[in-house]
Amino acid sequence: MHSSGSVSPAVLPSVSEFQLRRQSEREPDAEQSTAPAKMKLENLNFYYGKTRALKDITLSIPPNQVTAFIGPSGCGKSTLLRTLNRMNDVIPGTRVEGHVELDGEDIYAPGTDVVSLRRRAGMVFQKSNPFPRSIFDNVAYGLRINNLTHSKSELAERVEASLKAAAIWDEVKDRLKESAYGLSGGQQQRLCIARALAVEPEVVLMDEPCSALDPIATQKIEELIVDLKQRYTIVIVTHNMQQAARVSDLTAFFWLGEMIEFNITEKMFTKPDKQMTEDYITGRFG
Amino acid sequence: MHKRLIEENLNQIRDKLLVMGGAAEKAIMLSMRALDERDSNLADRVVREDDAIDGMELELDQMCVDVLVLKQPAASDLRFVISVARTAPMVERIADHAVNIAKHALSLNNEPQIDLGLDLSKMSNTVQGMLIDGLDAFTSGDPEKARATIERDDEVDSLYDIFYSELIAAMLRDSALVDRGVQWLFVIKHLERIADYVTNICEQIIYMSRGQVIKHSVW
Repeated sequence: MHSSGSVSPAVLPSVSEFQLRRQSEREPDAEQSTAPAKMKLENLNFYYGKTRALKDITLSIPPNQVTAFIGPSGCGKSTLLRTLNRMNDVIPGTRVEGHVELDGEDIYAPGTDVVSLRRRAGMVFQKSNPFPRSIFDNVAYGLRINNLTHSKSELAERVEASLKAAAIWDEVKDRLKESAYGLSGGQQQRLCIARALAVEPEVVLMDEPCSALDPIATQKIEELIVDLKQRYTIVIVTHNMQQAARVSDLTAFFWLGEMIEFNITEKMFTKPDKQMTEDYITGRFG
Repeated sequence: MHKRLIEENLNQIRDKLLVMGGAAEKAIMLSMRALDERDSNLADRVVREDDAIDGMELELDQMCVDVLVLKQPAASDLRFVISVARTAPMVERIADHAVNIAKHALSLNNEPQIDLGLDLSKMSNTVQGMLIDGLDAFTSGDPEKARATIERDDEVDSLYDIFYSELIAAMLRDSALVDRGVQWLFVIKHLERIADYVTNICEQIIYMSRGQVIKHSVW
């Protein structure tokens, strides 16, 4: 239906550079940014057994930006997200071809410390999954198993900082020893974000983080995502195109395992380069 | 292909804009006839019917706000809604200029006819043709037709300059003509402004169809 040869260039200009170009009516694809990518994918293919779920994906994820992956169910966006910290390794019968780099290092190179990789590229899942422990222990978990703190006071400080970064501190500071299960769905999701932030990742991968939340909780998470990009590189998978438009700087559209278009979010939602993208975001796919 | 929920809203908006555009076309045509034929009834009619055009602008504004908030259009749908929201006030202004021409007709028709030696029909026909073609281009989303329409604005500007000079010369020759000459100056100015609005509408059509902003730019 769509050949990979017509996919947009994977390396994008910076947002400000692009906006300047938009103002002067120049074509967006003419130049490429020299800013180093936080993560870089080259000719990535992913197989579930014989099924090729990702087809020659090449893209660069810029640092301190929110990159959204959109596309219909089964397009490969969650699979792609999970290749970014090797979460697919645990699925039997899967195979990866191509390169995925984090700060220039091949994360699939032999000898890669996967635990360390997942600390650097943490993940927040669709359904909040707190451990059956206290609020404090949930956030402290990663710090403890990675021996990242040297004293109880340092641990407490890191937990507090993480809860503050996830914009939930004020709601839980007086009940840190209570079970995480007592929190609302939205609070549980922010707790999971705090847990992911506690180990000081560089990249935060979010797989439909708001799909189970009400609009108010969703708004809080979205505000948090925009806030977090100051310190982290964020990659978010979402079915909600308005959410992608609201929170992301860049958006990639996937269809049947191919990346159809990767573009500045404003452009993607006002004047996409590809007809398929246009058809998808205007609901013309029938 | 399945019918999208937003489609009905977009069609209603498109239809309403075309009805409004048609009403503005008619207002210009009647106001120019009111001048040509010294028919004050036609001029009265233009003034009277302007309220309906104002009402359509408000309706379109509300329809655009509704579809933006309820259907959250994107890409070409978004550009269409934004373009209509920008175009409807311009059509309303075009109709206001037609009303102003009609008011000049009412005043001039009460004065003795003067022969200034001017044939405004070419300017009037060009302006009316531009509006018709501009609205056609909007309906069909045809950027080439919009561009061709924009180019005709230069012709209107040239005719305006010629008529302006000739009116000034006529008033200098005979100061008794000043009262009526000034009214004719306003008439040609209104026509010239209508052509400017049509140009702006056509620029909007190019944005709508191609996502390209040509406003305030040299192309």
